[in-house]
Amino acid sequence: MKTSIKYLAILSIALIACEPELEKPITDEGFYSTGNADLSNFVAVGNSLTAGYGDGALYINGQENSFPNIMAGQFALAGGGTFNQPLMADNLGGFTGLESFPNRFVLAPGEDGAGPQRLQSEPSTDFMNILNGPFNNMGVPGAKSFHLGLVGYGATAGVSAGTANPYFVRMASVPDATVIGDAVAQQPTFFTLWIGNNDILSFATSGGVGVDQTGNLDPKTYGSNDITDPNVFASVYGGYVQALTAASPDGILVNIPDVTSIPYFTTVPFAALNPANPDFGPQIPVLNETLTPLNQAFAALGVPERSITFSQTAASAVVIKDESMSDISAQLTQVLIAGGLDAPTATILGQQFGQARQANVEDLLVLPSSSVIGEPNMARIEQLTSLGVPQTFAEQLSVNGVTFPLEDQFTLTASEQAMVKTAQEAYNKTIAGLAAANDLILLDAKTILNQLATTGIPYDSGTLTSQFVTGGAFSLDGVHPTPRGYAYLANLMIQKINAKYDAEVPVVNLGDYRTVQVSGSVN
Amino acid sequence: MKKLVFLSFFMLSAATVFAGGYRVALQGQRALAMGHTGVAYVNSAELAFFNPAGLVYLERQLNVSAGVSGVFSDVTWQNDMFGQNAQTDSPMGTPFYIYGSYAVNDWLSVGLAAYTPYGSSVDWPTDWEGSHLVNNIDLKAIFIQPMASIKISDKFSVGGGPIFVTGSVNFNRNANRTLTDLDGNRSSVTVDDSGVTNWGWSVGTMFSFTDNFRIGAHYRSEIILDSKDGTATYANFPNDTGQPLDVNGDGVPDVPANGETGFEASLPLPAEMTVGLSYNCEKWTFNFDYTRTFWDVYDNLDIKFDNGLESLNPRNYKNSSQYKFGLQYVANEMIELRAGYYFDQSPVREGYFAPETPRNDANGFTGGLSFNVSDRFAIDASFLYLRFKEVDASYDYYQENGQNTPFGGTYKSSAFVPGLGITYKL
Repeated sequence: MKTSIKYLAILSIALIACEPELEKPITDEGFYSTGNADLSNFVAVGNSLTAGYGDGALYINGQENSFPNIMAGQFALAGGGTFNQPLMADNLGGFTGLESFPNRFVLAPGEDGAGPQRLQSEPSTDFMNILNGPFNNMGVPGAKSFHLGLVGYGATAGVSAGTANPYFVRMASVPDATVIGDAVAQQPTFFTLWIGNNDILSFATSGGVGVDQTGNLDPKTYGSNDITDPNVFASVYGGYVQALTAASPDGILVNIPDVTSIPYFTTVPFAALNPANPDFGPQIPVLNETLTPLNQAFAALGVPERSITFSQTAASAVVIKDESMSDISAQLTQVLIAGGLDAPTATILGQQFGQARQANVEDLLVLPSSSVIGEPNMARIEQLTSLGVPQTFAEQLSVNGVTFPLEDQFTLTASEQAMVKTAQEAYNKTIAGLAAANDLILLDAKTILNQLATTGIPYDSGTLTSQFVTGGAFSLDGVHPTPRGYAYLANLMIQKINAKYDAEVPVVNLGDYRTVQVSGSVN
Repeated sequence: MKKLVFLSFFMLSAATVFAGGYRVALQGQRALAMGHTGVAYVNSAELAFFNPAGLVYLERQLNVSAGVSGVFSDVTWQNDMFGQNAQTDSPMGTPFYIYGSYAVNDWLSVGLAAYTPYGSSVDWPTDWEGSHLVNNIDLKAIFIQPMASIKISDKFSVGGGPIFVTGSVNFNRNANRTLTDLDGNRSSVTVDDSGVTNWGWSVGTMFSFTDNFRIGAHYRSEIILDSKDGTATYANFPNDTGQPLDVNGDGVPDVPANGETGFEASLPLPAEMTVGLSYNCEKWTFNFDYTRTFWDVYDNLDIKFDNGLESLNPRNYKNSSQYKFGLQYVANEMIELRAGYYFDQSPVREGYFAPETPRNDANGFTGGLSFNVSDRFAIDASFLYLRFKEVDASYDYYQENGQNTPFGGTYKSSAFVPGLGITYKL
């Protein structure tokens, strides 16, 4: 009997080791393959889109869902190597001590229902805390094309002066390293390069307050919101491709999407003034009556198209300041005085409406305009009262987008869009040419994002679209993708790799990746 | 009695699981070794489970059978389209049984039984790809049944009795495929309840053509465990405000607050009907049992929470059959050898393959022996190897954004169950 118990004991132990085995486990070597590509040392170079930036900040969870990290995770199933990222210190995303780098947005309840709000806790990432690289993810948020080769872009001392980027400071191998230099030094076997977005995007997101620098070949003289000269772009971009292909013949170049395909520009309608709004609707008759002398003056000056009226039945276009129009402030003032208005009031109205018009379907209102339209412009009220205008009248004259034309930074007019588009097309031509010349994969992000913005992309539990907050593809900053959006980009790149290099790398399931983050509070 | 003390120790440990659905067919080492047959097999107190009508035919006045099995059951899963894989790391299940019968007189025997025919314990890696369906589940049910066995005539007997069930459940799953708190920890809900009780019954008959050839039938009623007093714990939701959060303003909370709430759910333990025969010829005995399990009662695993949320989980099980064959050979006075086979049909319909009870059709191969220490006392050992085919399956009724969102892949299960018991006759 002792013997049987002993055998049973041995048997039991043997059984613990018995585990179910599949006929073809995906963990078997050779189940997946990298084909003719060598994905053992993948380096991704670029800006915020490569870094995994989203919701207005760079934070750990976002970085874990960066498109190159998602790709590398799938590469690993086919024998790919590790993928190091310069992870931030927390999931808040801001830099401690740098107020211009605040925490991320979450979707949190507020006075007017849930909306994007930034988390309030004190961020713990200190950009002066230099990390030990090298890093496979060489995505530097905010970088423009010419920044990748800029010596000093990673120097701690340059951050306060605005010549260095705190994201690169914390990951640069040495203070005078360049992004491209640190990337190439890793001798990548495969790379992605996605740069140039900010060369137009910062101009666009700032409502075109910058300058189109086309013709100016010296980027040192550029302001942060300027459009980069296409020849400057072509020159630096060509240099990066040369440097990267010298290390690795295989890689992906990603082109520049249309700014009009991102919710930052498509969420706020030009006709944003709803008569059903109780704060606005009842005042429309008085407003229209008050504006009658102004509209008569526009007619007298031969510019009746500038007249401003608000509909009581349909949504009305906001009033904007269009710097591309001729400034008729002086003439307008004269006509208003001639019409019987007192000189000080006529002067104020003349200035206020000298370049004003109602927006039209071609104007794009930027996302931040949604929080100012219809709100009193405090700075303007202060300005007017200091000029002696009575408080009540000053308030009436200072309603953003209604009586006070929306300032330049809130609108991207048709002419500003044209500047952006011209530069974008030139950049994309350069990118396509270099991809063809170097036998690299070209990922057409422009077409992809337009598809998201129009038909959307079906996945297992819905359709991914560019609709702000609810569409799933874009994070709460309206510019950068969500993890699900990044996962979609990663899948497209994996499919391109599989096709070109005869590889078999599995894609990811989009539904497993999150969209926007909700939160009960921002504290 | 020392042996019983030893076994009661096991009662305290997990009375766990596995088998078609959450049926654990391990209710007697002698029967199990013969393919879990026994509805017409008059041999030991194991009849208390298989067919109380047979107890009255036992030769001795007092019969006791007790035993415990060690269930080593795991499941591996992969989805080659997305390069995902996971394997359960389930704890060893220890279903047990204790049966006793006492012959009051020539035509009446009484019995008492405690056994664990239902249960489930599956531990997937936390936050695995199917974690929106299950992270881990532990389901236990102990049946306690007094019974009487009455000989109506020399050839015909009936038996049965009421069943008292006490059960417990602990079930954890993630809120959905993506929701996390602000630090990326997946939001999850755990429902926990114990001491859920209800009553049922079983009744059987046996007809003996001769002492060597019997047929039997046994029916055990369904028992529904209604859980009402348990606790649901919401953890790692991005909402510490104590109030549910309505993000889209439609008046329905989208994100519940962290903390505890109550819930209601019911889990049916389905009825089972077995018919079979046993034929004995000198040293050989052959058994055949056919069992039908009425799984169609398991329509859903819906959970209604006191905070107004609910979790709808269609199961839509179908009735299933088991075809069981067993053979016994009495080698000598000391040793009895047994072997068996059964086919275990899965109650899970196509498209309802949920990873908390990931079961497809299985072939069970059994073996075992009894070692007669004395005229009164025997040690029973059994072994079950349950062989599953690799299966491509999915659960298609999980909803996200109001849309069915399938979760599937290739599953392969395995189960090895060694068991040990004793038989005592006086």
